[in-house]
Amino acid sequence: MTGLVLAQIRAPTFDWPGLSPLLALLGGATIVLMLGLVRSRAVREVLVPLLAFGSFVAAIGLGIWQLGERSNLISGAMRLDELTVILTFVFCAAGAGSVLLAWRGVAVREASHGEFYSLMLTSAAGMFVLVAAQNLVTLFLGLELLSIPLYVLCATEMQRATSLESGLKYLIIGSVGSATLLYGLAFVYGATGSTDFAGIASRLPEVVDDPLLLTGLALTLAGMGFKASVAPFHQWTPDVYEGAPTPVTAFMAVATKAAALGVMLRFFDVALLDAQVDWGPALAALAAITIVVGNVGALGQSSLKRLMAWSSVAQAGYMLAGIVVATRLGVQATVFYLAVYLFMNLAAFAVIVIRERATAFGDDIRSVTGLGAEQPLLAAVMTLAMLGLAGIPATAGFIGKFYLIDAAVAGDYAWLGIVIVIGSMVSLAYYLRVIAAMWMQAPETTEAAAVAAGPARRPALAGGAADADAPRAQPEVWLVAVVFGAATLVFGIVPSPLFDLAVRAGAALGNLF
Amino acid sequence: MHLSIVLWLPLAAGVVGALLPGGLSRWAMVAGALATLVLTVILVVDFDTGAAGLQDVTDETWISELGIHYKLGVDGLNLFLILLGAVLFLASAVWSAMTEWDRPRLYYFWLGLAETGVLGALMAQDLALFVIFFDLMLVPFLFLTGSWGGPGRVPAIMKLFIYTLVGSLLMLAAAIATGVLAPGEGTTFVLSDLAARRLPEGSQDWIFLCFAAAFLVKMPAFPLHGWMPDGYRAMPLPVLAVFSGILSKVAAYGFLRVVLPLFPDASVRFQELMLLIALASILYGSAMAFTTTNTRLVLGYSSVAQLGFIVLGIFALRPEGAQGAVIQAVNHGLVVAPAFFIVGLLAARAGSEDLRDMGGIAFRAPVLATMALIVTFAVLAMPGSSNFVGEFLILLGVFQSKVVIAIVAFAGVVMASVYALRMFIRALHNRVGPAVGSREMTVRDGLVLVPLVAAILAFAFYPQIALDKAERSVTQSIRAAQQAQGADQQAEVRP
Repeated sequence: MTGLVLAQIRAPTFDWPGLSPLLALLGGATIVLMLGLVRSRAVREVLVPLLAFGSFVAAIGLGIWQLGERSNLISGAMRLDELTVILTFVFCAAGAGSVLLAWRGVAVREASHGEFYSLMLTSAAGMFVLVAAQNLVTLFLGLELLSIPLYVLCATEMQRATSLESGLKYLIIGSVGSATLLYGLAFVYGATGSTDFAGIASRLPEVVDDPLLLTGLALTLAGMGFKASVAPFHQWTPDVYEGAPTPVTAFMAVATKAAALGVMLRFFDVALLDAQVDWGPALAALAAITIVVGNVGALGQSSLKRLMAWSSVAQAGYMLAGIVVATRLGVQATVFYLAVYLFMNLAAFAVIVIRERATAFGDDIRSVTGLGAEQPLLAAVMTLAMLGLAGIPATAGFIGKFYLIDAAVAGDYAWLGIVIVIGSMVSLAYYLRVIAAMWMQAPETTEAAAVAAGPARRPALAGGAADADAPRAQPEVWLVAVVFGAATLVFGIVPSPLFDLAVRAGAALGNLF
Repeated sequence: MHLSIVLWLPLAAGVVGALLPGGLSRWAMVAGALATLVLTVILVVDFDTGAAGLQDVTDETWISELGIHYKLGVDGLNLFLILLGAVLFLASAVWSAMTEWDRPRLYYFWLGLAETGVLGALMAQDLALFVIFFDLMLVPFLFLTGSWGGPGRVPAIMKLFIYTLVGSLLMLAAAIATGVLAPGEGTTFVLSDLAARRLPEGSQDWIFLCFAAAFLVKMPAFPLHGWMPDGYRAMPLPVLAVFSGILSKVAAYGFLRVVLPLFPDASVRFQELMLLIALASILYGSAMAFTTTNTRLVLGYSSVAQLGFIVLGIFALRPEGAQGAVIQAVNHGLVVAPAFFIVGLLAARAGSEDLRDMGGIAFRAPVLATMALIVTFAVLAMPGSSNFVGEFLILLGVFQSKVVIAIVAFAGVVMASVYALRMFIRALHNRVGPAVGSREMTVRDGLVLVPLVAAILAFAFYPQIALDKAERSVTQSIRAAQQAQGADQQAEVRP
């Protein structure tokens, strides 16, 4: 009798190689947290960031090793396939870049190095769980693991009121989003009787008109919309992005978005594929609203971080188009655009970080005024990022937008393609303003800087010397700026490597047309 | 010859110039533009007039996932426009080299990129590639004007850039739709393939309108010319000469290369709309050129009118009209660049670009006045100039298809002589302006002006060279539209 029971209870099978990227992130988080307690300054301020950077790189490396494998992890709770791995590349690259941006920042000093990087790595681990999730429970687990460290990270510049405000705002609104999502997931379970994506997909044809399912879909969509900052669930984005420390903003803008859109790809284009008639038009409408709201909101912003926040709302709208059509081409286009979006955003945020530390204007647009004359290379990087986000040819952003419109038109959503184009037109007005400030205006005078600075705001680097933005003052931030700026240009001319990755990610979702 | 070399040489020169010390970058660009011109002349000499289809084709797969090819080629449609582009950019480079610029390395880099962009748009034989170069060629002008332009340059260039990119982005969506919606296996953007897989009539309409919007804004045509006055006032003159001389022609060329062969049914359906826009441009442009006193804007509005003639010729949907349009595109480019150079010389002498401050210079500067007179005669299409040949062919074509429009368009010819002569007389004759210092042009100025005027004269004596080489391709370009028109007329007769 006991023998029979024991035979039925089996420990879940672990696929250790498949889990290795996740273990690298979580292991890194633990080690970094421990080492952060060491008394030696050298260990805390050099070794800890290096280890955090190393963990992200290790996760990418292990991902490259696992690329091409398709396996179920932990009894089918998660799935490692090309989509998981390639999205891991995106958010780990964003994480590695953000570690470098944060290295000499205020946030890491105030929050202590160990905790800051440990939270970042934990959040990245949550993203892995989220994009790999194969059932509703894992999905929610991943989402919370991703969100909670971010709430804290936003508030790490403890001496600055806006940073605390940002953390609190994100916490409250993020929790509302999570609650909505959880409620929605419960409805989906109620309608289909399964928490498993495969189980939901198989039961779906019978319940496609069930009001229970439709309610669940709507709530889930809203919950995920909060995370991906899809309008009308985007209101927190500008405030939180502006208040958070800039490296955290960069991480949120890229990595969180990649994870949120990744899980939407899996949830809508795999589990709910057969209900596309239900959610397709709704999601398309949300995409169109997001594009318009994001681009209009960005007009007239004078804070670069707010501008990037609104622009990220608009960009999320573009990428939704790839999810709406529910075709293999659409998945590929979204994944491709996520990679491109990583390059453009990190390049832009690196420039913002450098100027934030070199001038007294913070992240105001005046901090980059006249940059073309002072630091042409830096201005060139920012220009490439802005042109790329606007979708001008010879940048990767153009190819990405081309791919998305191609997918939209091929999936019978030509009007959404036109909305993307109209959004890009509006976006020119604010991206060009940054470019014009850099190249076509004289630098702000030091008197203006003194007035703007007031007693409280000083350049973050000691002294705020005239050459504080020179490469030798903060080489690691320059590295991020130049590498991602160059990637924006190079992949705009030779996009084939990115296409290969996108096609592999698309192939991972088996049942798509 | 390998077209890629011609295409990328100017950009390479710009990059080399950007790496050299500031004083040398100008000569790198001049050398690059000169080499490009030499290669283009060889291209024209080697061109086989008898052969049909594209020559010197380069065809590589660029992005296989999207079906985009890197395909370049020349035929009678773009051959002389490429030559025109090379001539104008050389003139602009030499002219720029005589001027001192702030941050010269950057300036010449952008100029090089601009030439590559323009040549790319003219050479591209793949729709996506065409769109890419069409958008890309605008970016250098954004920076050239924004950084080195006159007062009010930043708002002006924003307006220009947004206006024209609105058109371009609509065209992007339309181009993608053309590739995706075309019947047949797989997606392709190669123009010759797309012409063979004709779109269903229903989707041709909106796609046609998007393309037309992009091209009409770029020209500019009335009523989409809102960016033109501010943009023309703000641009540095050497930049404006190429901008007005060749960029607008790329738009006109786009109609012949892309719109007529790919969307023939829609072209026929919207023929009258396009003819009316062209007519409005002619009348409005001429009237404004006659009333404004800013010399740059006189030329700007005259360009609106001239481009109106070109559109008129294209949408006559007759071989004569289209051929006249090609000739007129080259003519106008050749005329407007020296005209802007003369404006620059006159403005330097009068201290202002306003006609009211100019005058009375001709007695002391007879050579300059002679040059200006030749250019003026070319603008007003004096019999004997090749502009006369161009306008004659255009009107002949329109006369065959729409008599009423042709009659109204004749008024435009008359008005051209009025505004051209008015500008010539007030700028060079009449009483001497208040602050005018009458000086003859220098030998250095002659270096730019004389070759351009010589080109006008040469083309006036022998327009046949372009007509012969263009004929076959032009006929090919409008064949589909003519067939569609014929089918429509038969359908009207039958019931």
